[in-house]
Amino acid sequence: MLAPTELHIRAALFRAIRTFFAKQNFLEVDTPIRQPVLLPEANIQPLRAGDYFLQTSPESCMKRLLARGSGNIYQICPCFRKEEKGRLHLEEFTMLEWYRVEASYLELIKDCRDLITFVVGELKLQFPQLAEKNNGLFRYLNEGDCFQQRLFTVTEAFATWCPLTLEEVLAKECFDEMLVEYIEPHLGQGELSFLYDYPVSMASLARKKHDDPMVAERFEMYIEGLEIANGFSELTDADEQRQRFEKERELLSKMVGEELSMPEKFLADLNKLPPSAGIALGVDRLFMLILGKSDITEAVSFAPDDL
Amino acid sequence: MYSASDLRKGLKIQIDGDPYIITEFEFSKPGKGQALYRCKMRNMISGNQFSQTYRSNDKFEKAALEERKMQYLYNQGDEYHFMDTESYEQLFITAEQLGDNINFMIDNMEIDVLFFDNKPIDVSLPIFVNLEVTKADPWVKGDTSGTDTKPVTVETGFVLQVPPFVEEGDKIQIDTRTGNYVTRVKE
Repeated sequence: MLAPTELHIRAALFRAIRTFFAKQNFLEVDTPIRQPVLLPEANIQPLRAGDYFLQTSPESCMKRLLARGSGNIYQICPCFRKEEKGRLHLEEFTMLEWYRVEASYLELIKDCRDLITFVVGELKLQFPQLAEKNNGLFRYLNEGDCFQQRLFTVTEAFATWCPLTLEEVLAKECFDEMLVEYIEPHLGQGELSFLYDYPVSMASLARKKHDDPMVAERFEMYIEGLEIANGFSELTDADEQRQRFEKERELLSKMVGEELSMPEKFLADLNKLPPSAGIALGVDRLFMLILGKSDITEAVSFAPDDL
Repeated sequence: MYSASDLRKGLKIQIDGDPYIITEFEFSKPGKGQALYRCKMRNMISGNQFSQTYRSNDKFEKAALEERKMQYLYNQGDEYHFMDTESYEQLFITAEQLGDNINFMIDNMEIDVLFFDNKPIDVSLPIFVNLEVTKADPWVKGDTSGTDTKPVTVETGFVLQVPPFVEEGDKIQIDTRTGNYVTRVKE
């Protein structure tokens, strides 16, 4: 639960995000939270709402708006993922998602750094007493009120920190375990870290790299070992997307115990999607780090146990 | 059976025939990756600790633990004898198994005994116990040595630091978690 002063800071964070995107002529959109069909991703379980699902992300509708010529768009909305509960997870959480047309994941990496720099700078101006305590993310600002950043490819990161190489990890199917155990703790310590170029199998909606079809143009931003945002160059080939969805759908159907249908309307629009890149950022996690807290339930107005 | 989503700090599960208590727990889910349940666990018999990461389809056996109210009767060397207050069954637990608890156990005290597979593995004492001071140096008024505590021995043979006004024959309350003096008890 948030104290009244923290409610003010959270509201200021939302204002700063909207100002950042307004300055760049991004259009704010709002799309239905209830979805009859999901984009199947094997490891993301949906919550039911009657005959509908609660959205696990606003990706489907936002890409369909892009396909219809919306241009650059962003949205701040609640998302729901079943069974994701813990110190760093809420089943209902707030997502910031934005899409840039005629852009790739590289522009999004720059967006991330600019956005974090802008919003933390704005909060520092509006809440000088908060910044003076020099905890949370404020202590990372350098003299020019900027953040340091570093980029690592997934291959580099495994070679540097993991006892196994990326090839071995993929063969043994322990990518997630190794990432959590050996890589994540090193990322985003005193800086923004970007982990990029994921194996294709780890990025079902991302475009493959032109010069390396084993790698997808996907990245994650980390701060203090915590994954804050996930972005990629969008896959715009509906046939390839359908093939990838088939695999994911099979796995997810098993997990949720019902046969899930294909997002046909999404796939029909996908061929009209201009080259673009999209990203989702966890607002509650960002706010938690801004406040210097270590439990996400302390970063939202009401945690599940408060209700 | 427990599933991975039941895992949490304090849960007791059985692995390879031994009971374990989860001492630290963290749910992790790397972006687009699978849910990971990262646990630190302590073997409730050997005390050995280890870390293990589980996935969402892993299943766990409940530890076959049972808590029974028992009365502590007496000790004979290293054997501490107890009686089940319902079935009147008697058994003993060794001093080694009881550890520091023996410092606070007096005859006829009611104690919760934890059984695994019908073998006693742990006892939980009341948080506070009142014990009689059997040996204390007299308080010399005007003692200017500067110390504000003195050592006394209680009826179990346990020695602890208390304020200087505590005298032989007094009853004092002790926190069994820390072994520290709490207050003098008037009877």
